[in-house]
Amino acid sequence: PALGLFLFTIARDPLRIIILIAGAFFWLVSLLLSSLIWFIAVKASDPWDEPLQKGLLIFGVMFSVLLQEAFRFLYYKLLRKAIEGLVALSEDGCSPISIQQMAYVAGVGFGLMSGAFSMINLLADALGPGTVGIHGDSQLYFLTSAFMTMVLIFLHTFWGILFFHGCEHRRWWEIVAVVVMHLAVSGSTFCNPLYVGSLVPSYLLMATAATWAYLLSGGSAQNLCHFLLCKS
Amino acid sequence: MTELSAHLPQFQHGQLTENFPDNHLSNTNDNSERRRHDNNERRRNDNPESETNGQPQNNIQQVVEQDEEEDEELTLKYGAKHVIMLFVPVTLCMVVVVATIKSVSFYTRKDGQLIYTPFTEETETVGQRALNSILNAAIMISVIIVMTILLVVLYKYRCYKVIHGWLIISSLLLLFFFSFIYLGEVFKTYNVAMDYITVALIIWNFGVVGMICIHWKGPLRLQQAYLIMISALMALVFIKYLPEWTAWLILAVISVYDLVAVLCPKGPLRMLVETAQERNETLFPALIYSSTMIWLVNMAEEDPEAQRKASKNSSYDKQAPANQTQNEDAEADDGGFSREWQQQRDNRIGPIESTPESRAAVQALPSNSQTSEDPEERGVKLGLGDFIFYSVLVGKASATASGDWNTTLACFVAILIGLCLTLLLLAIFKKALPALPISITFGLVFYFATDNLVQPFMDQLAFHQFYI
Repeated sequence: PALGLFLFTIARDPLRIIILIAGAFFWLVSLLLSSLIWFIAVKASDPWDEPLQKGLLIFGVMFSVLLQEAFRFLYYKLLRKAIEGLVALSEDGCSPISIQQMAYVAGVGFGLMSGAFSMINLLADALGPGTVGIHGDSQLYFLTSAFMTMVLIFLHTFWGILFFHGCEHRRWWEIVAVVVMHLAVSGSTFCNPLYVGSLVPSYLLMATAATWAYLLSGGSAQNLCHFLLCKS
Repeated sequence: MTELSAHLPQFQHGQLTENFPDNHLSNTNDNSERRRHDNNERRRNDNPESETNGQPQNNIQQVVEQDEEEDEELTLKYGAKHVIMLFVPVTLCMVVVVATIKSVSFYTRKDGQLIYTPFTEETETVGQRALNSILNAAIMISVIIVMTILLVVLYKYRCYKVIHGWLIISSLLLLFFFSFIYLGEVFKTYNVAMDYITVALIIWNFGVVGMICIHWKGPLRLQQAYLIMISALMALVFIKYLPEWTAWLILAVISVYDLVAVLCPKGPLRMLVETAQERNETLFPALIYSSTMIWLVNMAEEDPEAQRKASKNSSYDKQAPANQTQNEDAEADDGGFSREWQQQRDNRIGPIESTPESRAAVQALPSNSQTSEDPEERGVKLGLGDFIFYSVLVGKASATASGDWNTTLACFVAILIGLCLTLLLLAIFKKALPALPISITFGLVFYFATDNLVQPFMDQLAFHQFYI
């Protein structure tokens, strides 16, 4: 689905592609820094202590979430400056791309990158032979991973929109809400492999975020009906 | 395969070195052309200043300046498109290389080393290995430097025949020999039976069409495709025959060298570019990738129009049609395509002043061709050496990284961002810039970081199925 999003909405406009790649880059950098922190923590601690390792991992995840949001903010700042430049540049005094579109694209960028990183090794391994969950782990590993990744990608997109909107209108509570949601989603994955605990809340949160973002972008129930009934 | 290695050096030699200087060259060319095409919305504020820098050299009235500025903005607006025009081929090349590395095991087997890297890396101690790789890199770099200087000297003394011959031989080698090996290996991997006659026919056709496309005329897409293919082939050869540490070291040193050679006043590449500018000549064909080609019926007609407009900076365009008579071979054609856009805006005050005779000659020609293409047709150019090294980086990442696809993806994104930044800098500085350093630096940083830091983290996360 994310790929479909990409193809239909982004691939047409070169500017969006650049913003997308830049978004992916920012996510990557945040990942890098957070894994650096985690790595240092691991090296500094006892490798044989299982619970501690797990605890460290959890800490790493939380930290990474915070870093991701921080980088989203930085990216927002950068895009603001870019918009000013674009406006100055264009002929008729208005930017060829609106901040909302940018928010959308940035969100997709983040999401794609995080999805790619989460899934791709899995996919590569999946091409090979073997059975899933042979050691008593869940047999639904691949399936749930796929769903989880998809939900994360969508969530990133929506968070992007919400986040940027919050920054635009200086509504701090929106930004905080995004951060909290992100933390919640990541936290819920800690319940794995009890998939009920992680997938269901994530999807619920995603639905919430989706409707919120949709409303923010100027949609409404009316628009939706019009669209679905094909411009009645 | 060891006997093949013996043959390789000699040709690679030629190919290598001509690629490198050309990659810088084309960059410089590109850059000067590209600065117009650049997208990046950021720092547009700087552009007015950079425009004013060019103004003093401008000896035409306000009206034209006004036009220039408007045109300038128009150009910059379309800049994003040109960045994408560069993204696509770079991505394609990398995809081809990665796909090949992943599937055909030939390119990851160690079958010996090139003659340029005589020191082996399978030594007992780490120190010995480090020393060997440093020596290898040093030898390779000195070979490159020598070849570059040789090329510059040849160019300066107008030994065009030699250069042409060299180029033709190396592209012949690439197109026939390397693709033969490649095809053979692909067939072996997929266990496809093939007889020699069919192979000969395929390779012959491929090679001949390639030669025509690259050195002479041909459809743009086909030429681009061929250039991408030979870059990928070259990158694959590098990946196969360069040992680990040597490869990384070479990448690092090459980007430093690129930086030095293009920016230092006495750098060979800079001299080459300036000489080309003075003579209003195109640079070598078959070593530059161009994203658009507008077919030029009579290139000389550009000049009158070009002269009408002001120019900003003499370091911009080099491929002038003025010397059409000198190079009536492929060079002119290849160079011509990107020059088309120059019609709207000329930025050649320097070269024009230096060749008043050619200008007079050109002015005598009928200037009835409007050949006004719309701004979007302008092309961007990038040297093939850049393609090769980017692909080498990504290919090595996918071949030898523990973090496999993650690392590959990370390097890919890093390189693309580096390319963006380079183009941005181009727009700001409006000078010849090397394309390698920034991208390669990012790529290297990301490779090592992802491989060593991110990979364990992601592994653990995936194991527990945590998501960040």
